[in-house]
Amino acid sequence: MPVEIPKDKWAGTVKTITLGATSDQGGTRARTVTVGGESTLPFLHFEAPTPHRPVIALEIRDRRPDDWSPLLLETWSEVADDPARWAAAAEEAGADLIELMISPTGADGNPTTPQAAVDAVKAVLGATGLPLIVFGPGQADLDNELLVPVAEATKGERLVLGICEDKNYRTIVAAALANDHLVNARTPMDVNLAKQLNILITDMGLPLDRIIMDPTTGALGYGMEYGYSVMERLRLAALQGDAMTQLPMLVTPGFEAWKTKESKVGEGVPDTWGVWLDRAINWETLTAVSLIEAGADILVLRHPESLRRVCSAIDELMAVPEMA
Amino acid sequence: MALSGIQIYKMLPQTNCKECSFPTCLAFAMKLAAKQVELSACPYVTEESKAALAESAAPPIRLVTLKANGNEVKAGNEVVLFRHEKTFYHKPGLFIRVRDDQNEDAIKQKVAAADGYQVEYVGIDLFVDGFAVEAASGDPGAFSAAVSAVREATHRPLILIAQDAGVMEAGLRAIDGEHPLIYGANSDTWQAFAELAKQHEAALGVAAPSLEEIADLTEKIKEAGVEDIVIDPMVRDLNTSLILSTQIRRLALKSNFRALGYPMIAFPGDADDPSRESSLAAQAIAKYAGFVVLDTFSPELVYPLMVMRENIYTDPQKPIQVTPGLYPINDPKPTDPVLATTNFSITYFSVANEVEGSGLPAWLLVTDAEGMSVLTAWAAGKFDAERIAKAVKEFGVAEKVSQKRIILPGHVAVLSGELEEELPDWEVRVGPREAVDLPSFMKQAL
Ligand code: B12
Ligand code: SF4
Repeated sequence: MPVEIPKDKWAGTVKTITLGATSDQGGTRARTVTVGGESTLPFLHFEAPTPHRPVIALEIRDRRPDDWSPLLLETWSEVADDPARWAAAAEEAGADLIELMISPTGADGNPTTPQAAVDAVKAVLGATGLPLIVFGPGQADLDNELLVPVAEATKGERLVLGICEDKNYRTIVAAALANDHLVNARTPMDVNLAKQLNILITDMGLPLDRIIMDPTTGALGYGMEYGYSVMERLRLAALQGDAMTQLPMLVTPGFEAWKTKESKVGEGVPDTWGVWLDRAINWETLTAVSLIEAGADILVLRHPESLRRVCSAIDELMAVPEMA
Repeated sequence: MALSGIQIYKMLPQTNCKECSFPTCLAFAMKLAAKQVELSACPYVTEESKAALAESAAPPIRLVTLKANGNEVKAGNEVVLFRHEKTFYHKPGLFIRVRDDQNEDAIKQKVAAADGYQVEYVGIDLFVDGFAVEAASGDPGAFSAAVSAVREATHRPLILIAQDAGVMEAGLRAIDGEHPLIYGANSDTWQAFAELAKQHEAALGVAAPSLEEIADLTEKIKEAGVEDIVIDPMVRDLNTSLILSTQIRRLALKSNFRALGYPMIAFPGDADDPSRESSLAAQAIAKYAGFVVLDTFSPELVYPLMVMRENIYTDPQKPIQVTPGLYPINDPKPTDPVLATTNFSITYFSVANEVEGSGLPAWLLVTDAEGMSVLTAWAAGKFDAERIAKAVKEFGVAEKVSQKRIILPGHVAVLSGELEEELPDWEVRVGPREAVDLPSFMKQAL
């Protein structure tokens, strides 16, 4: 029986965006990472090619984190004390890029100074040739205080600066504009808020090809389904031609999944949760794999084994079958 | 896909005789399209039209139910491609596979462990739905023995897998009277399998390497009298399975292509590697499978997969909630503390499980935050001092406790001042941000 495959023809295309800059582009990166460019839903190769594969960043910190799961601290062991070595280890583990998150306080408990933040970023840039995403501690004022000097000290690197949200976008966008960086525009799981923030940012003069959209995600079991559906809706809107949603999406399944009790705690939990390490890795991996199929372009993970699994899932998804 | 009023009108007598109590056949057709009247109200519809109309009223993806000993697993009847458009209805059944060339004790052990497995997620008990038994030996006796062994270890519905109809029949005899799924008919064996499916009231799995071939087979099988069909496009990698499942779902829903309007079955277990199996299973759950067959049974794999299935199949219009009220945990006395939280299921259970596990007594005050998490509700103005104070009064908390002490979630520490104003004779305390830290907070600070 003949079967006529329904094919969607879309009006819109997601912007193609390059992260990082090599020396002839004004930066110091050994290589750059390009994402986006989709003109159909994820991996439907029979409708249109997927020009760039989703990429994986590993999250590192400027110092050993206080609140990470012991499983992660064991895995990274002593490199967690040194952001430069940590970045090199993450590159070694196969990351496409690095996300450095600056802690609100130093190991001594005092607030992180702008100088310390700049030093950490420079150390990481020196230790790896990969493009870099720099996140502040996630408190608007503190983010501004630390990210502006970081942006200035790294002019031309095409870093991704985050978190850029409704409370502080003016400062972060201005810093990105002046120093040739990109921003990670985060909104709390809402299509209209995401569009609105992108409009505000472009109104300030930052071109769309320097904005990464972060729709916020939740972990498996803790709100993932909301993020999943918002991403599907954002990508559909982009394909339907809504310019303010035509941006690659960044999500942080590592941060979310490793915050859950299932990943964080090994004792005093039900036996029916199974072996702790495998459970935690499944938590992170399944969250990530689901979000890739909802349209994620950049995923920030924490565990090297999750990276390996998600990476091989991406290889499989990117393989173009004969039928296409 | 449902027919429009005009399409239905063309199938009516068009005499406007009014016996249906509508002024015209067209008016009646419009009501029929809106499913507000029954076709039987018109005495003059031809048999031919009746059949055509019944066909169009059928769901675009057939509902297939497997049964055994009072347990059921349903798949199909889905109406959307994306969960935000409406919701996904029938959670795919998770089946654990064993093979008849395994030793009988090993089979029973694996099945019994999976059968007894039950885990709680936000107050919902999750478990494995059934088992698949595969005839790897090719020997009818061995298959029948394996099916019996599985049946001794579980009451749940089964999927029987065999290449050869004779072998399949031996397996089916071992579970006579049930409604299993038998897999898989192909272009060579479909007649014998359709015969077996009819005789044993089984659903029939159909496997073929292209959509055209599957469609040909399902049409022939339907003609032979079997309607409960499950389809397998025979691809086992993330890429082609995503593409083919999407095409099948689209054809069924958008093109009303009946020959592919059946639930799909996926075999992540064929990956032979638990780390890949988990990704394949996750995709099958999100991307349209009706039945998912795993080879690995381990809590650390099955638990996250079942949680994922709950997430994807939650109705996006209404978050899972608990009833607001005052919940006593661990037999609290009037001197024990009151903990304020919201009625979002995930929130309630994170807190309740933590307190319960610690053995420490407390009163959990669940406020009506319209099913939102603490911070979401706070940001949306559904969890503020006023609402908490209202819940304190509504649920008569002051009558249950003698020491008026209420603990706020750490994430909403900002509310403490306002709450003190709302509840002047209460002591307001700020607890930790995460529920995991509640027990130690309760031990040390309360
Ligand atoms: C899923 C989600 C949603 C879902 C809603 C899910 C739901 N039913 O609640 C949706 C997409 C609908 C949503 C909407 C919004 N959201 Co929202 N959302 C989230 C998200 C991703 C996860 C929330 C969650 O489920 N957490 C899990 C539950 C279990 O956590 P919890 O309730 O806090 O409970 C924990 C603790 O508080 C503690 N606890 C609970 N009770 C108690 C009691 C005591 C005594 C103690 C000690 C502890 C304790 O224990 C639990 C486990 O540790 C968060 C960001 C994130 N990743 O956390 C944002 C977030 C909560 N949302 C946010 C916002 C702003 C919104 C919106 C206002 C955005 C908008 N304008 O549309 C809307 C509001 C809703 C509306 N107007 O209808 C913000 C809040 C910002 C802030 N700090 O004020 C957040 C933090 C995102 C962000 N970073 O900006 N959201
Ligand atoms: S009873 Fe039948 S024929 Fe008569 S008006 Fe109604 S629909 Fe038309």
